[in-house]
Amino acid sequence: MLFRGTATAAGSMVLVIIAAIAIFLLVKAIPAINKDTENFLTYKDWFTDGDQPKFGVAATAFGTVLTAVIALLLAVPVALGIALCLSHYAHRRVATTLSFIIDLLAAVPSVVFGLWGRDYFYEPIANFSKWLHDVAGWIPIFGSNGPYGKSVLLGSVVLGIMILPIVTSLSREVFLQTPPENQEAALALGSTKWEMIRTAVIPYGRAGIIASVMLGLGRALGETIALALTLGSVFAVNFDLLGPGGVTIASNIASRFGEANEFGRSALIASGLVLFAITLVVNMAARAIVYRRREFVGGSA
Amino acid sequence: MAVETPVRSLGVQDASQLKVKTLPNWSPWAVAVAAIVLSYVLINLTGAGGTVLTGVVAAALFVILMGVAAAVVEGGRSARNRMATVLIYGAFILALLPLVSVVWTLVTKGSDRLDGNFFNTSMNNIGPFDSNGGAYHAIIGTIEQAGIATLITVPLGILGAVYIVEYGRGFFANVIRFFVDVMTGIPSIVAGLFILSFWVFTITPLYSSDGFAHYSGFAAGLSLSVLMLPTVVRSSEEMLRLVPTALREGSYALGVPKWKTIISIVLPTAGPGIVTGVMLAVARACGETAPVLLVAGGASAINFNLFDGNQSSLSLFVYQQAGVASEFAPGRAWTAALTLVVLVLVLTVAAKLLARRNKLAR
Amino acid sequence: MNFKRHGLIAGIALTATLALAACGSDNNEPTTSASGGASGGTGSDVACASGTLTSQGSSAQGNAMAEWAKAYQQKCSGAQVNYQATASGAGITAFQGGTADFAGSDSSLKAGDEQTKAAARCGGAPALNLPMVTGPIAIAYNLDGVKDLQLKPETIAKIFAGTVKTWDDAAIKADNPSATLPSTAILAVHRGDSSGTTENFTNYLTQTAPSVWTFGKDKVWKAPGGSGEQKSDGVAGAIKKTAGAIGYVEWSFAKTNALATAKVGNGAGEFTALTGEAAGKTIAGAKVTGTGDDLAMTIDYSTKEAGAYPIVLVTYEIVCSKGNAADKLALLKGFLGFTSSKDGQAQLDKLGYAPLPETVRAKVEASVKNLA
Repeated sequence: MLFRGTATAAGSMVLVIIAAIAIFLLVKAIPAINKDTENFLTYKDWFTDGDQPKFGVAATAFGTVLTAVIALLLAVPVALGIALCLSHYAHRRVATTLSFIIDLLAAVPSVVFGLWGRDYFYEPIANFSKWLHDVAGWIPIFGSNGPYGKSVLLGSVVLGIMILPIVTSLSREVFLQTPPENQEAALALGSTKWEMIRTAVIPYGRAGIIASVMLGLGRALGETIALALTLGSVFAVNFDLLGPGGVTIASNIASRFGEANEFGRSALIASGLVLFAITLVVNMAARAIVYRRREFVGGSA
Repeated sequence: MAVETPVRSLGVQDASQLKVKTLPNWSPWAVAVAAIVLSYVLINLTGAGGTVLTGVVAAALFVILMGVAAAVVEGGRSARNRMATVLIYGAFILALLPLVSVVWTLVTKGSDRLDGNFFNTSMNNIGPFDSNGGAYHAIIGTIEQAGIATLITVPLGILGAVYIVEYGRGFFANVIRFFVDVMTGIPSIVAGLFILSFWVFTITPLYSSDGFAHYSGFAAGLSLSVLMLPTVVRSSEEMLRLVPTALREGSYALGVPKWKTIISIVLPTAGPGIVTGVMLAVARACGETAPVLLVAGGASAINFNLFDGNQSSLSLFVYQQAGVASEFAPGRAWTAALTLVVLVLVLTVAAKLLARRNKLAR
Repeated sequence: MNFKRHGLIAGIALTATLALAACGSDNNEPTTSASGGASGGTGSDVACASGTLTSQGSSAQGNAMAEWAKAYQQKCSGAQVNYQATASGAGITAFQGGTADFAGSDSSLKAGDEQTKAAARCGGAPALNLPMVTGPIAIAYNLDGVKDLQLKPETIAKIFAGTVKTWDDAAIKADNPSATLPSTAILAVHRGDSSGTTENFTNYLTQTAPSVWTFGKDKVWKAPGGSGEQKSDGVAGAIKKTAGAIGYVEWSFAKTNALATAKVGNGAGEFTALTGEAAGKTIAGAKVTGTGDDLAMTIDYSTKEAGAYPIVLVTYEIVCSKGNAADKLALLKGFLGFTSSKDGQAQLDKLGYAPLPETVRAKVEASVKNLA
């Protein structure tokens, strides 16, 4: 009973912390939004100084979702591939070593990813952008005439690399937990290795995979410094991936926070509230998907 | 765990059919060579040029050719199997490229200042023209802050996950799970601001000697634990969920009470996975800059006191040194980054080895 | 299975921790090497006090503060000055919240909310703006084969407003009759984060080229186009790696990155190269607009003074005139007294700053003496 009480208390504590943060965000944000002379949700720029503060989250919220979605599209297939490689393909000893290498990536602080992206990864991405524009410039998203480099593409790729280890590590653990009986049964029925993975490993780990993707998405949405360093901080709503552009809620908070006065801080916190809401919506969507699948997942309480 | 793939197949009529046509072992190499040659010719004919492009096209061709060859010789199912194998290894190699680049940058740039002075001195009394100066104070800060954050978060997070998986029923547990997911998206700077107004501006004036608000390393630990909590809860939850029901039921059948089953059967079984999640959280916490700057203030001198006075941390040190107009600052920044990565890696390896010692399953 | 390895790693970790805990040092032994002016001057006129000063703010004066803190701490054992180069806004907020004993800022406290909150922190007494570090903002560029680029304020405004797009544009040619300009596209680099440097630079453009520069002055960059980079090191790095780039950075960043800097046209109609002396001439012409001990200044960017480099910024220390914590007051007066002394100001030149004009310096020194 005591243990149950402690566990319940811990669960409630988690909820209390989140509620406290939500209340804190609301208390700070509402007065700032009230003083905004433009529509907070549809205005693109962010000018909080002066008597007539004008700011809105249209560009930052759009950029947040855009970079996170591209990063996920790039990272998740690769991450699941690595996880399968480590759990089912590579030799056990090799896999252990390689797992550590992937964990190494998780240990690199985001400042370093940002500096690396800005100073070293910039060059290949600029060349790649130029090539992409030459070959597929007729597609609007590749239509920019440059200068290439500090773009949504650079930010998203760096972000994708940053969430790789999170998605990989957790889904690898999940894949490793697949009961051997399930796998052997699939093989005994004549499955090829890939069919075994498709029919036994992935369904068993589906909820776990989604959880790992959600953690990666959370990180992607909230990432601050690395994106501030690699995006072009242009406040616009468009799908131009190659030209100077891109700004996210978190990167805007990072780059505007230092010089912000009390009111500016509150306005930035209001944008943090929007990020909170975005995560809320994204999670609801994911929840809906997971719950439909949940009954197929064996085991568990 | 490694399960061998048997040579198929079903519906065998007589012994002669048992031998199924398979591609010879050397075929991937042959296909690879063919893909490279073909890609080289293709790229040069169209005049696009570029070794990187050739490589990319060759890789794509390799996947396709391998699939076609397998489809022709071995049939469709086997072709899909081979392509999946190629793609999975390909994903790994693709991910290794940026990793190697980051690590290479870290090691080459970071080895310049990798000397005893760096690990034994702080940035106190270091001007823009001084080539020495080190990160001792920042290492202390990172260890203390991440340590206190881990001490707070791990029991809370794991117990929270236990509640969700083992005890939680219905609406309340779902609400917690949902908001934990939402919490993963909190930007670190917002977590820092929350602790700044909650702890630094509200609590510290109450106990400080002069009645003013004070920065402290403890406050940084608090804000880091806000960031760690969702990762710990969420990953522990998934790991607990994967513990087979049979294990629990076996324990109940022996008359073991639920709490004891959880402590001695469920948690140890999920142990390695939980540790992975915790270490991911620790890694993220160690890499955060903004909250430390906001609530610990940053410092250039050594301060062991977690509860009073400014502290720095390694990632903050990296961030600050990267922005200083001094020719010696970037060297210090990269070395500190290398130190941080090695530190977190050593902690991760140690924690995983510890967790594997008392494994039950596997 | 891994007992051996585990033990080894635990051993290494333990040894490392012990080694760390045992022998950290704060570099307290006075060093003679590489300390430059720190050891110069006579120690006698420095008022020493012990304790810890906590401060943060403007990153533009970060190097000056690092050098001053070092010099002061080496003269006065027992004193500890901690200045974190965060940002002016962060410094002011920390000062108002009581987590900083003084703040460094690129602009003086604004009338209204900022001054009211600062006064509340000082127990009702007004907070003072003390000009302490002044520095030129360089127009740095990266253009092969063009050494002494000369730019009038209007041309600079046109480049940063995006109306002049290539280096061989007629406007740039008119300023540089003898140079051979390539047709390279111009990449105008500006600060992507909000900063006091941007505020000073846009203020300069607003005052000297009002017909071209219509975006006003702000901490945030408002003109379209160009490339936004984080912090001064980002701007300097982008200029360094991009051919055809131009941008504005504090002089110290242009120096450490070995960037070429343009000669800028001033109100006297001449192009002036960037030197500490030339920048000092503009600052000498600045007016003190503060009253009493408050020394907020206004810069005349279109100065007619011959040989003056017009794009400068003045950074302040913001302190309580009264109501400073009793245990910090002596140290605060001692340290700021040192930074505003002739010795202290003399150390600025090599760091890429300009010393305060003597008249202003004397006033600052007097104001510091009046702190209570």
